[in-house]
Parts: sequence; C-alpha cells; structure tokens
Amino acid sequence: MSVQTWTFLFVGVTFGLYLVIAWLARVSDTKGFYVAGQGIPAAANGMATAADWMSAASFISMAGIISTLGYAGGMYLMGWTGGYVLLALLLAPYLRKFGHFTVPDFIGDRYHSDVARIVAVVCAIFVSFTYVAGQMRGVGIVFSRFLEVDVNVGVYIGVAIVFVYATLGGMKGITWTQVAQYWVLITAFLTPAIAISLQYTGTPIPQIGLGSELVGQGTVLLDKLNQIHADLGFASYTEPFIGSWDKLNVFCVALALMAGTAGLPHVIVRFYTVKNVAAARWSAFWALLFIALLYLTAPAIGAFARYAMLDGLHGKTEAELPEWFHSWEQTGLILWLDDGDGTLAYTGTDANEIFRSGNLGTAQVAGIKRDHERWLRGDSAGRDGRAVLRQAGLSGPDRDIIVLATPEMAGLAAWIIAFVAAGGLAAALSTASGLLLVISSSVAHDLYFRIVNKEATESQRLLVGRGVIGVAVIVAGILGIYPPGFVSQVVAFAFGLAAASFFPVIVLGIFSKRVGTVPAVAGMIAGIGFTAAYILGSVYGGWSNWAFGIGPQGIGVVGMVLNFAVTLGLTPFFPEPDESIQELIMSIREPEGAGPGLDIDHSIEAD
Amino acid sequence: MAHAPDARDPRVADAVNRYWRRNVTIMSVLLIVWAVAGLGAGVLFADTLNAWSLGGIPLGFWFAQQGSIIVFVVLILVYAVMLNRLDRQHHEELAAIERGQS
Repeated sequence: MSVQTWTFLFVGVTFGLYLVIAWLARVSDTKGFYVAGQGIPAAANGMATAADWMSAASFISMAGIISTLGYAGGMYLMGWTGGYVLLALLLAPYLRKFGHFTVPDFIGDRYHSDVARIVAVVCAIFVSFTYVAGQMRGVGIVFSRFLEVDVNVGVYIGVAIVFVYATLGGMKGITWTQVAQYWVLITAFLTPAIAISLQYTGTPIPQIGLGSELVGQGTVLLDKLNQIHADLGFASYTEPFIGSWDKLNVFCVALALMAGTAGLPHVIVRFYTVKNVAAARWSAFWALLFIALLYLTAPAIGAFARYAMLDGLHGKTEAELPEWFHSWEQTGLILWLDDGDGTLAYTGTDANEIFRSGNLGTAQVAGIKRDHERWLRGDSAGRDGRAVLRQAGLSGPDRDIIVLATPEMAGLAAWIIAFVAAGGLAAALSTASGLLLVISSSVAHDLYFRIVNKEATESQRLLVGRGVIGVAVIVAGILGIYPPGFVSQVVAFAFGLAAASFFPVIVLGIFSKRVGTVPAVAGMIAGIGFTAAYILGSVYGGWSNWAFGIGPQGIGVVGMVLNFAVTLGLTPFFPEPDESIQELIMSIREPEGAGPGLDIDHSIEAD
Repeated sequence: MAHAPDARDPRVADAVNRYWRRNVTIMSVLLIVWAVAGLGAGVLFADTLNAWSLGGIPLGFWFAQQGSIIVFVVLILVYAVMLNRLDRQHHEELAAIERGQS
C-alpha cells in the first residue's frame, strides 16, 4: 500500500477512536464539561496532561528546531520540561486545594476584584489563541504533505475536524480522548526513532544512539555531524552560544518557557481534575514522566535527521536525489535553486542552494524560480534567486518538515511514515481541544457567568461555551493560515505572554499574604502589555532587540520581572487584603480541610 | 468543610506554621537543584562542561538536551513523595490535638 493509503487508514482509524471515546463519555452538566467531574486517576490525568501539553510544536517542530539549532535547541527541551517543576512545586497543589474551575477564578477570588478577573480572562484568551494558532498550522502541514494539498487547504481541513470534535464531547470526552491520543502520539514518535537509531548506530535506544558510533563509519554520530558542519560552513552542532543564540538569549528563552508553562491556563486547569492535593502532585509527576519520553527522544531524532539530510542532499545530482526530497518539494517547504553545475549544495555559506518558501505565495515562488532560470542563462532581466531567498531569511528547509520527513529519509516502511502523520495529528488535536476548552470556559464561566449574567442557568452556560468554541476555532484557523512564524516560535510567544501575565500574580497570590488588588492588576497589565508590544514591534515593526539584545522569544522574562517589580513596588502603598482573603490564603496553603478521603465534589458549586 | 482545622487554637496555629515552614524548606531546596541542573549546567556553564563528555556526548550539550530533563522528573518524584508524607504527618498531628481537646 502507498504512504497515502496508509495515511488515510491511520488517520481515519485514530480519529474514529477519538470520536467513539468522546461519544461514550459525553456529558450533560457544566461541571463535567469543564473539569471532568473531578474523579480522574492521577496516572490517567498525567497522560492526558502530557497529550494536552505536547502540541504540534513538540511533535512536529521541536526535533526540527534542535536539528537546525544544535545545542541551542535544548532551550526548548529545558523550558518545556523545567516549567513542570515550577508548576508542581509552586502552583498545582495550592490551586487544587483552592478547588475552583479556572485560573481567572483564582485570581478574581484571591484579589477579590472583577477587574483582576477580567484582566486574567483577557490574558487567558490571548495566550490560548496565540497557542491554538500554532496547532492549526501544524495540522495544516500534516495534511498538506499527506493529502498533497496546499498548506492553507490543510488548515481548512484541520479547522473543520477540530470544530466537529471539540463541540461533540466535553472535558470528560477530552480527558479520555487525550489519554488515547497520548498513546498514538508517543508510539508514532518512538517507532521511527527506534528504527532510525537501529539503522544508523545499531542500538535500539535513541538516547544511547545519540552518543554512539555510526555503523560502518567508526565515528561517533555527534563528532561526524560537527565535522560535516565544519566542512560545509555551518556552525558547530554541539558547541553552545553561536551567532544570535548567545548565553543571555538562550537563558531568557529557557526561563520564559519555564515560567510560561507554569502560567498556561490549559495546563493548570488539569490539576483541578484530580481527587485531592496528593493526587495533584502525583499527577504532575506522571505528566512530566510521560512528556519526558518524547522530549528525551527528540534530540536523537534531531541529530539523526540532520545527518540524514546533509548526507542525503549535499553533493547529489538531480538523478541521485532521494524520493523524500521530491515529495516534500511539492509542498514548497523545501526548494532547490541550482547554481548551474547540476549538483546540489546544502551549506551554511552563500553557495547554499536549499531554501524554503516561508510565507511567500505560490506565484511569488514561481516568479523567483523563473527569474533564477533567466539568470542562469545569462539573461540580464534574470535575478539570482538564491540571493533573493537568502535576503528574505529563507535559507534551509522548513524546520517543520523534519520529523515528518525523517522516516522517509531513513527509508522506513510506508506504514511508519503514515503513522507519524497520525501522531502529529493527535498531538495537534489534543492540544487544540484543550485550549479551546480554556477559551470557552474563560468566556462562559469567568466572563458570562461570573460577571455578565450571574443568574445564568447551566444550559445557558453550556450554550455560550459551545458557541465560543465555534467562533474560537474559526479565528484560530485564520491565525493558522497567516502565522507570524514557525509553529514553535508562535508557541514560544504564547509562553512569553503567559510568563509575563499569570505566573507572578499566581505565585504571589499563594506565597504572599500582603499583595493586594491594585498592585496585582497593575503588574499583570504592565507585564503582558510590555511583552505583547515588544513581540509585535520585533515581528512587524522592525525593532532591533533594544532590551539588552534579548529577542522576542525570550522577552517574556523581562515582562515577568517587570510584573514582579510593579506588583511588589506598589504593594507598600496599598492596603493588604481583608480578613476573608487572608483566610482563603491560609486555607490554600494547608492540605487539611479538603483532607484525605473527603469528598469535595459537592462543595464546589455551593458558593 | 468538616475537617478544617480550628485556627484559633494556638497549638493548631503552631502545627500549621510548622507545616508551612517545612513545605517552603523542601520546596526551596528542590528549586535550587532545579536552577543548578537546568539553567546552570544546561545554559550558564554549558560551554565549560562541554570539555568533558558522557557516552560520546559533550557534557554541556548532554545536560541541555538530556540531563536536565531527567533531573526534573526525579525532582517532582521526590517532591510528591516528601510532601505527601509531610501532609500525612501534619494530618496526624492535627488529629492528635483534636483528640487531646475532646
């Protein structure tokens, strides 16, 4: 069977499975819709959190980024796992003890202010949209390759699928579906990694393969990579702090991702779904363990893919080029503009002939290719397409293809290639639905029920929730078609925004009894305002990293420091929280009261 | 909430304060390890550590892409075990105070 047939089969079967689970677990009351009736076992909840967490960015982009950046790719690995430590130690158990639905709920109650609540809702929606846009783009890339359609058509298909799927079941459906999605995505990620590791190094464990000798070469993989990189004019693969990724920027991006993880609303909401405080801690452990399975494998895939790509492309003629190159060439995610000698050069210098089309339209790319042909013939109207694309910053293949293309590069069986597509889809779907739920609960619960219509009935709230999901999917689809960058870059912005807005006020809300409403709200606004302005200014306004040379991906750290500074700086000038808030803080800090074995299921809707 | 401790009892307030101090101590130690393994070994000292190598992988590079993640998983495991034990001790302490009262 062809790759395409296998893809239809796997995508069809896994998708059917998710729908069946959603149908079996369909829910009718609001509480189930948002937090799954609070009875999910810790390990299952950890698995669902892991699936929720590992998005298209983790699955599709991350190994590709590591493959391109080498050492600096580690900042994503550290950032997206290190954040779990912050989450587990600083937030999860306390928010579980607090026991309400959402993050804005906590902020609204702790700071006893509707203004704080609204600011938190706006931050939650803003962060979630940025993130969900990255997922839609990821789904689009999967479909564009395997259905052989344009990336944008792929995004439309993704929008339709996510919409059907997110409105069919509630959180109950989502939790158990995400458990299934976790298995699909982790098997799809590990299978090709193990196969490639066996093929290249003879060991079935990719993490060991990363440091092993290449079969028949007598050279260690990473040494070989460094040597090829040096020969072709690329920066070293294992040496840190080269080019724009200096120590400060790697540090800031890693820290922004860590604090952002801890402030991401769709992850935090997961910890309300377990039985008690102890289970919230276990749940955080299981989640990170399941996440680590993929994150520890990604560096191996990155290095193998780098080797396969350089070895498979550089110095080859048209006739010698591997099959995978041609199938991905159709998507525009990898381009070859020859200098006339008929041999492909993939280097880190001006002689490089491998590019990607990025945000250029099909017509623009065709125009550049036409001009390039003329230039090759010596026509004065022609233009060197390589220079044009290099100046547009489009050297090298699109990073997002690397995980999806790796099985093809290594010549693995057609079914493995197709299975990876199903895995990528599972990763994107599980995260998108988790995020959409946060968006819908933010609007339906925190905004509509808590502020606009305090008398709203359950069915009214459910209706608003579902309506918001519909609108959110469409908006996210539009954002997916016009993305401001790579999947994982878009996602990195979402983390920066979360780090700058939520993280400081939640931490201070738990660990300080002194911080009051006005300082917290001012801090949130200052943090997210500065970070959003800096990101927009850098991406669209041509700002040149004026804040200590920190790029837009790491700027969330500065926003976070600003948030802390504003909040703590204003605190002495404003009154401390009243008696009832003090009691709330004391009760959050204490696991007793929601004590072991006590059923808090029915105490929640009572307030 | 039937089992909420009575904060007016000074012995209960003491127990709660003790619990919170221990919690903060455990947390601080673990967070220091977190910072040293992740941001320290993985970023700040990565260039220095690269002089050594572990199983064919330069050490700084290994910390950034493998070691830090392993440390993080272990940290949360240690935290869950220690804190859940502390919770149980605290629960028993409060129960003892309550028994003493009645």
